[in-house]
Amino acid sequence: MNSAVAPLTSEAFFDVEAIRAQFPILAEEVHGKPLVFLDTGASAQKPQVVLDAVEDTYKHAYANVHRGAYKLSEDATNRFEKAREQVQVFLNAKHSHEIIFVRNGTEATNLVAESYGRKFLDKGDTILITEMEHHSNIVPWHMLAEEKDLTVKAVPITDDGGFDMAAYEKLLDEGVKLVAVTHISNVLGTVVPIKEVIAKAHAVGAKVVIDGCQGAVHTPVDVQDLDADFYVITGHKLYGPSGIGALYGKEELLNAMPPYQGGGSMIKEVSLTKTTYAPLPMKFEAGTPAIAQAVGMGAAVEWLQQIGLERIAAHEEDLRAYATQKLAAYPGLKIFGTMPGKAAVISFTLDKAHSHDVATVLDRFGVAVRAGHHCAQPLHERLGVAATARASFGIYNRREDVDRLCEAVDFVAEIFG
Amino acid sequence: MLDELRELYQEVILDHGKNPRNFRSMENATHKAAGRNPLCGDQLVVYLAVDEEGKVADASFLGKGCAISMASASMMTEMVQGKSPEEAERLFHNFHTLCTTDENPDAPEGLEEEVEKLEVLSGVRQFPSRVKCATLSWHTMDAGLKGEEEISTE
Repeated sequence: MNSAVAPLTSEAFFDVEAIRAQFPILAEEVHGKPLVFLDTGASAQKPQVVLDAVEDTYKHAYANVHRGAYKLSEDATNRFEKAREQVQVFLNAKHSHEIIFVRNGTEATNLVAESYGRKFLDKGDTILITEMEHHSNIVPWHMLAEEKDLTVKAVPITDDGGFDMAAYEKLLDEGVKLVAVTHISNVLGTVVPIKEVIAKAHAVGAKVVIDGCQGAVHTPVDVQDLDADFYVITGHKLYGPSGIGALYGKEELLNAMPPYQGGGSMIKEVSLTKTTYAPLPMKFEAGTPAIAQAVGMGAAVEWLQQIGLERIAAHEEDLRAYATQKLAAYPGLKIFGTMPGKAAVISFTLDKAHSHDVATVLDRFGVAVRAGHHCAQPLHERLGVAATARASFGIYNRREDVDRLCEAVDFVAEIFG
Repeated sequence: MLDELRELYQEVILDHGKNPRNFRSMENATHKAAGRNPLCGDQLVVYLAVDEEGKVADASFLGKGCAISMASASMMTEMVQGKSPEEAERLFHNFHTLCTTDENPDAPEGLEEEVEKLEVLSGVRQFPSRVKCATLSWHTMDAGLKGEEEISTE
């Protein structure tokens, strides 16, 4: 996925066993077999450094943030704000107050829809999404469109699962006010050329929301270089805790937007008749946040950066290539998404077995994959299948995991012919 | 471990899964309902034609899903033919208990043979996430008999 990195073997890049040793859950057995976790695309496992960050916060520095004039609250606040800076560095945002902590990627998208969308989009405006979006980057826009009488159009994908740039250019006109697009498809693995997408949208005056929940895990992100208006990430896919995510927004946009939720923390002053709002980022963080989870997310992204996103990408590319080669050898096995440079997400069907049956058999071999429509029903309609099985690879996977996957697929073939 | 898989995917299930019986729509259906499992995307439509004597004269289905859901629907449409709607309901409840508990419920009178046939699907007990696959068509038939047009299981 990163063309600057030569495709060497994974071992040449880092010691995958040393990485694996940092993930306690990988020692688990499933149905008497060592766990082979190939569902990182749904949620990643957590390294010890993240578990420690969360536990240490609860043990030594936990109190509510931004409130108490006492040591413990100050410590908690410092850790929470340090996490914001870690996320800022991870995305290369200009300011830490451009990072808004939210519950997850879905909440980040809803925040943009409800705050930016409600204020700045008007009747007749168009929102562009793509055929490869998952539901959390579709439904908030449908809800907004219904409320404000907007039009939602989808940029098609090409037959190999790519972003159809020519079709995008045709759909882009002055009526388009917002483009909401994924960075990397959670089903196809397609890497969308978002820098180009953003530049073209800006040329017609549209703002762009990038759903980076999959993207930021597999490739380095620089929101300034991309000139992204909004970039959405979620902690649990970045090897951090669930219950925490972040929205990056350009300062000027966030400042122009009304608050998302009302409550404590987000106010400057409250009288009985009027509220004035706190400056960024607090304006968008009503109520007590997920404090320890944010600290865990900060630890996770710092850990990822220490290892290096390019090296991780190269490691995953090795796994993708190896798995694709082995799986493609099965008669009747079809892989969806064959774009050059795609990420290590392999969705497939077998002609003789339904993906749920495949997942059930694989599970008994200790191999965890996801089966179904992966919260992307419109995409599956486009692909002409109701469901696929998906093997998604992460930092801790190794070629052996692919071999174990194939052993299980052999057994599927044995049962289903 | 693999024994449980073999138990789940017995020959008769694979056969019904691959070559589902009564896999067609029905123009003269008196009852029709659509069933959907939004979690996995499985969907099917069950058709029943209940005649003047109050018996199921014809039963069929269309849809797509895994081997378990196809086999279960196929077997269901075979065995409810000639039964009264009440008997079909009794079979449904019996089958539901079979799939969701560790009990082997006593067969309702006159339905012993059908209940014995359905035992082939009891392997889903060892696969909690697959119980919905086995019961989707039955829930759909139940909804159809009750006059509901659409059901959704999660």
